[in-house]
Amino acid sequence: MFELFDQLFVNLKHAVVGALPEGWQVLASPLISAAAILGVFASLFALTVLVERKGLGRIQNRPGPNRVGPAGLLQPLADFIKALTKEDIVPVSADKVLHFLAPVVMLAPVLLAYAVLPFGRNMVAVDFDAGLLFFFAAGACVELAVFMAGWSSHNKFSLLGAMRAIAQMISYELPLILATLGVVMLVGSLSLVDIVASQAGHHWGWLARWWVFTPWGLAAFVIFLIAATAESNRAPFDLPEGEAELVAGHLVEYSGFKYAIFFIAEYLGLFAVSALAITLFLGGWHAPVAALDWLPSWFWFGAKLAGFIVFFIWVRGTLPRVRVDHLMGFAWKFLLPLVLWNLVVAAVWWYSRGWAFAGAGILRWVGCAAMILIPYSLLGRALYTRHGLGPRTYRLAA
Amino acid sequence: MLGSGIVKGFVETARNFVGSFHDPGRLVTIEYPDERQELPENSRNFPMLVYDGDDRMKGLRCVACKICEKECPPQCIYIEVERDARGKALKHPRIFDLDISVCMSCQICVEVCPFDAIKMDTAFELSTDNRFGGLLLNKHQLAKPNSYYRAIHPLEAAEVDERLAAEQARAAAKAKAAAAKAPAPAAANAVAT
Repeated sequence: MFELFDQLFVNLKHAVVGALPEGWQVLASPLISAAAILGVFASLFALTVLVERKGLGRIQNRPGPNRVGPAGLLQPLADFIKALTKEDIVPVSADKVLHFLAPVVMLAPVLLAYAVLPFGRNMVAVDFDAGLLFFFAAGACVELAVFMAGWSSHNKFSLLGAMRAIAQMISYELPLILATLGVVMLVGSLSLVDIVASQAGHHWGWLARWWVFTPWGLAAFVIFLIAATAESNRAPFDLPEGEAELVAGHLVEYSGFKYAIFFIAEYLGLFAVSALAITLFLGGWHAPVAALDWLPSWFWFGAKLAGFIVFFIWVRGTLPRVRVDHLMGFAWKFLLPLVLWNLVVAAVWWYSRGWAFAGAGILRWVGCAAMILIPYSLLGRALYTRHGLGPRTYRLAA
Repeated sequence: MLGSGIVKGFVETARNFVGSFHDPGRLVTIEYPDERQELPENSRNFPMLVYDGDDRMKGLRCVACKICEKECPPQCIYIEVERDARGKALKHPRIFDLDISVCMSCQICVEVCPFDAIKMDTAFELSTDNRFGGLLLNKHQLAKPNSYYRAIHPLEAAEVDERLAAEQARAAAKAKAAAAKAPAPAAANAVAT
């Protein structure tokens, strides 16, 4: 029974592929995977937009969209029709080819990144030896697309927004990738399937052996989350499209469905990076405790992804947008030293794995946690008081 | 420690989120077309003409004295007096037009009216597909019964009603006194003749 549900989609795909003539099977297999990924995550995008608008509404003490359909459930459909039917305006002075290509270039690499993510047991489109590397390589193309959009619009706000986006994305790519390196170091593989497999098994027979339950893993996870938020241009790091100062950044001159594609790409990027966080730190499709192993693997992946989506909506509803110099300072002065130090802690964790004396497990955990918390606290305090990351003082205001 | 403020913020927004489902004090939105907010006593939008009794036109308190027309700062009121066949003014408006696209809701017309004939209405759903004729209200559209006035401005209407009743009583007493005085000489005259 468990086997049936767990491998439901895998077997379904095999049945479909097997039914096709020999020559078509090679082509059909990746196409079915791609179609499934596209369908599932595009509908997840629609659902997320609704949940986000409702959730943000509740956080701001208002009901959110509730006019279309029962309790506003058909709002994504209305949004979709609106985006499709809006006039597509291309500025006269725009570079028309680049202006058209930017949304495409934005969406395509994000979809590519999904190819290497394991969504369940045996559910991965391509089991790539360098999956993690491929993921980041594909993800880096987004920066190109943002700059294409900003440049081709021939608008100073677009260009400024794109410049900001480039600066922000390149700065945060560093802590993002370095945060994953601890896992890569300990697992000894860049394949995401191997990384999930390394988190199988349980501590004391019930708690899953996820990397997030180690001190360095927790720290890397938090840093990864912050950097991922910045990478996917989410609040509070949505400076490239800051309405107040840049109108909408690189999106100023986009309308209609091109604008919608930018948003689809942004949300799909968010899901992808959340899925990567799940894969690296939260055990991929493994259940959190041994007692819940009877639920299918894809359910656990989906549940964790839903948790991430809710968390990112919560963050957006809570934190105000940061100032641009604070944004850069935070990446370079705070996250980068911490994440580098975290690699050292991960190494200590690795070399202390052979400790066998009494209380070794607790000492190892507490020691590594202290190795992270003390520099965090010291660095935080130093930057808070001396380097302008703290409360602002307004010299000219009374 | 660095980051504690962020945690505090998360707790606050989570409290908002959960509270909005069960605490009516947090979810204050009134979903307007479905539910309506009760308008406060002093709310006002555009003027209306109050009439007494059942006949919308005969019961109008307005005597076409044109004080409001003269005082109106944006000059949105236009009045013409009703005249009989001999050209005598009849203390009744033949035309009373009010352009609500011009009116600025200042209430000066209400304050200068000696007859309590013009009062502020609270109706605000006045949209129309004709921006010229549709926003120019005539006396038939402006006429509202006193009971409606009492419903929308209960305190103010009670005071006005009291004053009008007192005036009426005074006028009645005066008329009675005049009537009591008048028959005596008439009787005397009758006797004399």
